[in-house]
Amino acid sequence: MTGSHPVLTMTGISKSFPGVRALDGVDFRLLPGEVHALMGENGAGKSTLIKVLTGVYSADHGTVTLGGEAVSFTGPMQATAAGVSTVYQEVNLCTNLSVAENIFIGREPRRLGAVRWAEMRRRARSLLARLDLDIDVNAQLGSYSLAVQQMVAIARAIDIEARVLVLDEPTSSLDAVEVAQLFRVMRQLRDDGLAILFVTHFLDQVYEIADRITVLRNGQLVGEYPTSQLPQLGLVEKMIGKELRVLERLDEQSRHDAAPAEGAPLLDVRELGRRSAVARFDLTIHEGEVVGLAGLLGSGRTEVARLLFGADRADHGTVRVHGTPTTLRTPVTAIGHGIGFCSENRRAEGIVAELSVRENIILALQAARGWLRPVPRRRQDELVERYVRALSIRPADPDIPVGNLSGGNQQKVLLARWLITEPRLLILDEPTRGIDIGAKTEIQRLVAQLSDGGMAVLFVSAELEEVLRLSHTIAVMRDLEMVARLTNDPSVDADRIMQTIAAGTGHEEVPS
Amino acid sequence: MSNRTAGYRGLTTHRLFWPVVVLVGMLAANTVYRPGFLSVQMRDGHLYGSLIDILRLSAPLILVALGMTLVIATGGIDLSVGSLCAISGAIACLHISQQPDQNSLGAVLTALALGLGVALVLGAWNGVLVAVIGIQPIIATLILMVAGRGLAQLITEGQILTINSDPYKAIGVGHLLTLPLAIFLALAAALLVAAVTRRTALGLIIESVGGNAQASRLAGIRSARITFLVYVISAACAAVAGFMMTANVSSADGNAAGLWVELDAILAVVIGGTSLAGGRFSLGGTILGALLIQTLTTTVYAMNISPQTSLLFKAVVVIAVCLIQAPGFRARFTRRRAPAAGPTSVTEQPKEQVPA
Repeated sequence: MTGSHPVLTMTGISKSFPGVRALDGVDFRLLPGEVHALMGENGAGKSTLIKVLTGVYSADHGTVTLGGEAVSFTGPMQATAAGVSTVYQEVNLCTNLSVAENIFIGREPRRLGAVRWAEMRRRARSLLARLDLDIDVNAQLGSYSLAVQQMVAIARAIDIEARVLVLDEPTSSLDAVEVAQLFRVMRQLRDDGLAILFVTHFLDQVYEIADRITVLRNGQLVGEYPTSQLPQLGLVEKMIGKELRVLERLDEQSRHDAAPAEGAPLLDVRELGRRSAVARFDLTIHEGEVVGLAGLLGSGRTEVARLLFGADRADHGTVRVHGTPTTLRTPVTAIGHGIGFCSENRRAEGIVAELSVRENIILALQAARGWLRPVPRRRQDELVERYVRALSIRPADPDIPVGNLSGGNQQKVLLARWLITEPRLLILDEPTRGIDIGAKTEIQRLVAQLSDGGMAVLFVSAELEEVLRLSHTIAVMRDLEMVARLTNDPSVDADRIMQTIAAGTGHEEVPS
Repeated sequence: MSNRTAGYRGLTTHRLFWPVVVLVGMLAANTVYRPGFLSVQMRDGHLYGSLIDILRLSAPLILVALGMTLVIATGGIDLSVGSLCAISGAIACLHISQQPDQNSLGAVLTALALGLGVALVLGAWNGVLVAVIGIQPIIATLILMVAGRGLAQLITEGQILTINSDPYKAIGVGHLLTLPLAIFLALAAALLVAAVTRRTALGLIIESVGGNAQASRLAGIRSARITFLVYVISAACAAVAGFMMTANVSSADGNAAGLWVELDAILAVVIGGTSLAGGRFSLGGTILGALLIQTLTTTVYAMNISPQTSLLFKAVVVIAVCLIQAPGFRARFTRRRAPAAGPTSVTEQPKEQVPA
C-alpha cells in the first residue's frame, strides 16, 4: 500500500475568506485503498480543504492532481463526475424527497429523457442493502432519523464510480451501533481500493479505522503520519499545539463528589409529555445543579430539552418555576422565566449566519428587551468584548458574519448569546458535538464554572464520559422515555448508564 | 488569523458599486444626447431641470420601495402596494370631492387621515394573513393586489374622480424652499424609516427573522409581531405614495394609479442589494435603486424612444444591472479577461463560508 502512487495529491493549497486565512500552503496526499484521517481543531482548515478538493471552493493558490492529472473542479458535480464523492458533516439532502430520489437526484436512470422510477427504486434498495439498511425507499427522507439520513448520503456517494470518498464527520450524529455499521462499510470499500478521506473529532474512531493521519493546525500542515506511529497523546498535542495540561485538568474536574443540590427546586416538572414525541416524565432541577441527560440518538433527549424551553408545546403535565405554576407555551415564556436553550442544530436553529458575531451575541438579550429598547451600542461592545475574550472566540472580530466562523466558535457565540441574558437555567443540547477537543474542554469547564456560580444546567450529550464528568444528577432516556434518574455518586459509571440504557429499567430513583 | 484582503477590490466589490456606475452612466448618456440635461434653472423662485424632475418623480417609488424593503428583509413580499396606492388616493380624493370647499386645509388633512387609516387597516389585513394565519406572503398579498383594484374602482364608482384642491395638489407638485415638496416628503419618509429601524432594534430583529426564522424564534423573538408590523409599515408608505400620485394629476383613477409600482419597487429593493430571501437590508441601496429606475424611465422619454420599444429598452438595462451585480456572472466575466493564478471558479457563490 505504501508503495502505490497517490490517487490524489494537493500541493500548496491556500484559501482566504474575509477576515480569515483558512488554508496556508497545505500539502495533502491520499493513497488508494487507505482510510486517511484528516485531523485538526475547529478552524484548522479541515472543512475548507475538503471543499477545495470537492470543488465547492476554489483555492487561491495551489494545485490538485487526481490520478496523475491536474484538475480544477468548478463545482461539486464536476468533482463527483471525476470520482470524488463527498458526504458532508451536515446532511445535505432534500428531506422532502423520497429516499430513492435523494440517492439519485441529478443522475436519475433515464430512458428517452423520462426517469425510470422502478429502476431507480431497485438500485436504491440494492445500494442500501450493501449498507445493511432496510428502509422504505419511497418514504420521505425527512421521516427518518438523522443517522439514517447520513447512511443515505453515504449510499448516494458510493453509488457514483468513486475513486475518492470524502466523509466529513459522518459519525457525529450516529450512535455506537451505527458507527460500527459504517466502519464495516468503510473497510469493505477500502479493500475494494477506494481512497477514503475521513474527518472526525472522535479520537478513538481514528485509531480504530484510519491507516494514516494528516494533521492541520491554524490553516497549516503539521504533518502526515502512519497511525501506528503516532500515539493518541502525540496526535492531540500536534492538533492543539500545546501541552496537555488542559486535558489533565479535565479529569480532576469530575463532579462525583460535588454536593448534590438541595432546597427548593428551581424547575419542577411533573408528568410533562407530548404525544408521539416523548412519554410523560418528572424532572427537578435545583440552582447550581447540572443535570445530565444521557441516552442514545433518537431516545428523546432533544425532545425533553425542547419541551422544557417551550420550543415544542407539551400536551400534558405541570411545570413549576420556583414553586410558581406556569405553562411553557413558547420560548418567550421560558426566557421570561430565565431559561436559555442552545439547540443541537447550530446552523438551522442557532446562528443567524449573515449577521455579525456581535449581533448574534446580543440577539436573545435584545429580543427580551423588545425592539423599542435597543441595547445601547456601548453596552453591546462591552458585553461582546467581554464574552469574546472569556470564551476565546476566534477570530476575535465581532463584526464579521458569524457564518464565517468554525463550528466550535459558532457554538461559543451561541453560549455567549445566552450567558449575557444571565439565565437561571441553561439547556445545552449537544453543545460539544462536532467541535474539537480544545473548544470542548473550554465548554465543559465553563459549564462547571457556571454551576458553581449558581446557574442550573441541563446538559444533553451523547457522550457518556462528558455527562458523567459534569453532572450532579443524570437522567437516562430510552425509546422516548425517561427510564432512570441517578445521583452521580462514585458508583455510577459509563457501564452502569449503558446497562440502564440497554435494560430500560431505573436502578435507583432520585428522591424528588 | 485575521487577514483582510480588501484593498482596491473593496470599492468594486461593494454591493452598490455597479448600480452607482449604471446611474452615473445613464446621466452621462443623457448629457451627451442633450447637453442641457444636467443644468438646473431658477424660475419663479423654484428650481427646474431634469435632475429635479427625476427626484420629484421618483418620490412615490422611493416611498413604496422603503416599505417593500422591510417586507422583503423578513423574507416576505408585498404585491398589494400598487392597489393600496390606488385605494388611499381614491379615498382621499373622494372625501375632498364631497366637500363644499375643496381648498379647505382641514378637509384635506381629514382626507389624508382617512386614506392612511384605510391603508393601515388593509396593511393589518395583509399582516394577519401572513403572520397569524401563515399564508405565503406572495399569495396573501396577491389577494389584495387583485381585490384592491376592485375596491378602488368601487370607491371612485368606476370613474376618474377629478378634484380641484390646491392644498392636496401641493403634495404632488408643490414647492418648499425652491424644491418640489415631494422630494422632502420622500426624504422625510426615508429618515423616519431609517430612524425606526436603525435607532431601535427593529432593523436587527427584521434581519434576524429574515435570516433565520427558526433561530430567531428560539432566541425569543416574537417574529409574528414583527412580520405583522412590516406589512403595516409597507401599507402606510404605499398610502403616502398614493396621495402623491393622485395629487400629481389632481384625480383618482382606480385603474391606473400605482399600476405595476409593486414590480418597480421590488426591482428597486433588489438592485439596492437586499436579497429576496430575506436578511440584511439596505435602505440607502433601495433609494439608489428607485432613483436608477426613475432615471431610466426619464431617459426613455428624453431619448424619444418609441413607446412600443421603451419597455424593452428598460428591460435590457435592468437585466444588465442585475447581471453585473451577480457575483457568479462577474466572476465568469473577470476570469475570461484576466485569468488568475489559481483555478478560479465560482459558479455559485456559497451562501455560507465555514472554514473547517
